Amino acid sequence: MIPVSFDYARAGSADEAIALLAEHGDEAKLMAGGHSLLPMMKLRLAYPAMVIDIERIADLSYINDGGDHLAIGALTRHRAIETSALVAEHAPLLAHATSQVGDPQVRHRGTFGGSLAHADAAADHPSVLLAMGGTVVAKGPGGEREIAAGDFFAGFLESSLAADEMITEIRIPKHTGGGWSFQKFNRRAQDWAIVGATVQRNNGSTQVALVNMHPTPIRAAAVEEALAGGASATDAAEQAHVGMEPSSDLNASVDFRNHLARVLVRRALNEAGID
Amino acid sequence: MEISVEVNGATHTSDVEPRTLLVHYIRDVVGLTGTNVGCDTSSCGACTIHVNGEAVKSCTMLAVQADGQSLTTIEGLANGDQMHPMQEAFMECHALQCGYCTPGMVMASISLLDENPNPTEAEVREGLEGNLCRCTGYHNIVKAVLSAAGGAK
Repeated sequence: MIPVSFDYARAGSADEAIALLAEHGDEAKLMAGGHSLLPMMKLRLAYPAMVIDIERIADLSYINDGGDHLAIGALTRHRAIETSALVAEHAPLLAHATSQVGDPQVRHRGTFGGSLAHADAAADHPSVLLAMGGTVVAKGPGGEREIAAGDFFAGFLESSLAADEMITEIRIPKHTGGGWSFQKFNRRAQDWAIVGATVQRNNGSTQVALVNMHPTPIRAAAVEEALAGGASATDAAEQAHVGMEPSSDLNASVDFRNHLARVLVRRALNEAGID
Repeated sequence: MEISVEVNGATHTSDVEPRTLLVHYIRDVVGLTGTNVGCDTSSCGACTIHVNGEAVKSCTMLAVQADGQSLTTIEGLANGDQMHPMQEAFMECHALQCGYCTPGMVMASISLLDENPNPTEAEVREGLEGNLCRCTGYHNIVKAVLSAAGGAK
């Protein structure tokens, strides 16, 4: 499968990429590792007239200690996150979830920022950003703004980035020693999750996010409320499907996804140390 | 767009359409047909090559993204008649049946050992999760990778 013809430009800096976005508007798409966009272009689900290659913007690939958080450049590849000592120490949930993305070949190419900008509810990283309470730094012609995880995912495959903005950095609060878990259910090793559950505990509160249970990546608010009200893991997990609108597809019906959400949330809470 | 790519040590300069996939560039422009197209959806791993020493699926990369990079394909492994130790191990362990997945399996296996020179059997199975063998000959492939790792000690 070969994508529809497109024009191609390689940006050497974030500013250059943003200027190209401003020039080409809705016709343009940014491409980093290309592991979300290119498959969609091959299936002709996406057909941008202009592809702006941002992969070589070298100063957007880094993992830095920002004091109370990790600052991760948007173009940092999955492999770098998976093997980073800083991430292992301060965000073990992120390190583990990243090791479950795709397969080694995919992790050599795919980037953290690209995965988030794709805003796929079936992807692993959005749930980690939500559960850890991270933020996304977006840069546009007017400068930078920081977007909270909860405000970032706007709709099906849609983020709250403006057409002329790009992600430059992702900030992940350092984990404070609380339990965590990432549960991914699929039938083939390298697949997207049919359903996934992500838990991060932090200073007495527990944040729970779900993969592939809604048109957008989403927090399991009913589970979090039940836990805050003193419910056991088993009882809280029974609320995992509440408010969700999962899709029905070849892999799973709505009922099966609801069931998986309850089971995986319970396992995730247990693994995070909640009985 | 004109691109210049180092393939198995030789530099190739060509004019390609931006939409040309890297695997088609390798097969149709450079003329190296050892890299196979399998699923064409970045699932099966038959098209695995090395870009700057790391395994990637060449069906999910544009040729223009490889401009200025160094590629190794299955044809670049042997030194004359001397096969690469991973190719030797695949032969010794009968790690191929129909052979279609083999170039990708060998390239992924070399990358795996570069990153983890002394893997357990479980780590080999996990590390090759991006490569499918529809003959289901995984047992001997895993044996070959473990054997190559042992040989490298």
